[in-house]
Amino acid sequence: MSATTRPATADAPFVRRILIGVALLFLAAFLLLPLLIIFTEAFTKGTAMYFAALREPDALAAVRLTLLVAAIAVPANTIFGLAAAWAIARFDFRGKTVLTTLIDLPFSVSPVVSGLVYVLLFGAQGWFGPWLRQHHLQVIFAVPGIVLATIFVTFPFVARELIPLLEAQGRDQEHAALSLGASGWQTFWRVTLPNAKWGLLYGIILCNARAMGEFGAVSVVSGHIRGQTNTMPLHVEILYNEYNFVGAFAVASVLALLALVTLALKSFIEWRSDHAI
Amino acid sequence: MSTASARRVIPGFGLTLGFTLLYLSLVVLIPLSATFLKTATLGWGKFWLLATAPRVLASLQLTFGTSLAAATLNLGAGLLVAWVLVRYRFPGRRFVDALVDLPFALPTAVAGIALTALYAKNGWIGAWLDYVGIKVAFTPLGIFVALTFIGLPFVVRTVQPVLEDLEPDFEEAAASLGATRWQSFRRVVLPALWPSLLTGFALAFARAVGEYGSVVFISGNMPMKTEITPLLIVTKLEQYDYAGATAIAVVMLLISFALLLIINLLQWWSGRRATTH
Repeated sequence: MSATTRPATADAPFVRRILIGVALLFLAAFLLLPLLIIFTEAFTKGTAMYFAALREPDALAAVRLTLLVAAIAVPANTIFGLAAAWAIARFDFRGKTVLTTLIDLPFSVSPVVSGLVYVLLFGAQGWFGPWLRQHHLQVIFAVPGIVLATIFVTFPFVARELIPLLEAQGRDQEHAALSLGASGWQTFWRVTLPNAKWGLLYGIILCNARAMGEFGAVSVVSGHIRGQTNTMPLHVEILYNEYNFVGAFAVASVLALLALVTLALKSFIEWRSDHAI
Repeated sequence: MSTASARRVIPGFGLTLGFTLLYLSLVVLIPLSATFLKTATLGWGKFWLLATAPRVLASLQLTFGTSLAAATLNLGAGLLVAWVLVRYRFPGRRFVDALVDLPFALPTAVAGIALTALYAKNGWIGAWLDYVGIKVAFTPLGIFVALTFIGLPFVVRTVQPVLEDLEPDFEEAAASLGATRWQSFRRVVLPALWPSLLTGFALAFARAVGEYGSVVFISGNMPMKTEITPLLIVTKLEQYDYAGATAIAVVMLLISFALLLIINLLQWWSGRRATTH
């Protein structure tokens, strides 16, 4: 009888088929169809309209702003992530657990609230509002506010990948390098960084995806000035609210492609680190 | 050699910890504290009046209700998907595994317009549901769909590693003692998975409570009916009602911190229960 020869952890074939079927149906409805409809809607009026929507000056300005914001926020949080991981994984000090929890804090704050805190600090009625106005500086409804809000929401990504990785790798290799006469910087560049490169890349990719795709926090501080303070996700919203669905889905399709590239790179890195050990 | 330098062979503690604390304070801690200080200037009576206004309470009820429902669906669906991905081999398994992270990688605004197009009255799924008299877009059901989408990866990703590390010994023992597959799943597998299931549930719930981008397109945004709390904060800000926005934001922050505490306790619990560490 097949039931007696089957291993104790295996399920009956019909159970297996039903479970796989239900799971795939659920994922198709919630993941695959949303992905497909973005591209279908973007191309409803043909490829010419699709590319015209992407070449529009406001769309190009949104792409440029998104790239600029990511180019500032991602390196800033990468440097922070490296410093935080070095301090937390290479030294013992009191309050380490509290510090690790505080680093994760931005993940549990609503994106809208993340934007609001900067409005309260730098807005016209905020703490530094009068001072900024006197010096003719604008943070809120301008690029600096968008950068700050993006840095806030992507704050933990690199640090939370690197801290457990560096902790798992231990300190022996650094001790060896230092005892052989390497300087601190040499040890960091030649030992720590090569060992942590895949984890670092993983964190940077996730950080970048969120930085380019953030909507709620950026929406609060942006002011939605076309061609000036609209990032790509905000541009999608404006086009959508103007019933320009082809335009909205065309810009959205570029962001969806970015998400797919992110997932592909993420899977590749996971596969690399599985096979490296 | 002094004892202090013997303990700290690795250099850079002061620099990296100093930079970490400075950056954390400037980007996260000071802006968040400013929000609480701003509320303190309102006074307790005014704060209470703003935070318990009927429109705020209605939005909180809606946000919590839909978040709870979505996290509950993800609890079951996440367990099913994790089970299918870990226990069964089928064509396209690696692709499905990578696709599960789509809600993390896809910008929320893009997810929002895609789900709206899918579930609108003339959409691919919406048309079928409309045929049987169910309206999804622009109703609380639409909010539930969006929150299910963005919370989907959490339970899968917390349960998956625990299920992978689960030794077959217990299930084999249960089977040899005469248990059916269902009995050994309920009495042996499920108890081992509970901490990770609850952690995933809490993470999905916490994410859903603060979610903005994917919800605003599909919800219809009617005050008292389909207006979520993060949207209410944005509305108040657009009306320059900073006191009102801040009062609601503080309520949301306190809820987030409470959830963060619960999640940390759950993770500590599942860490203790894990057999591999």
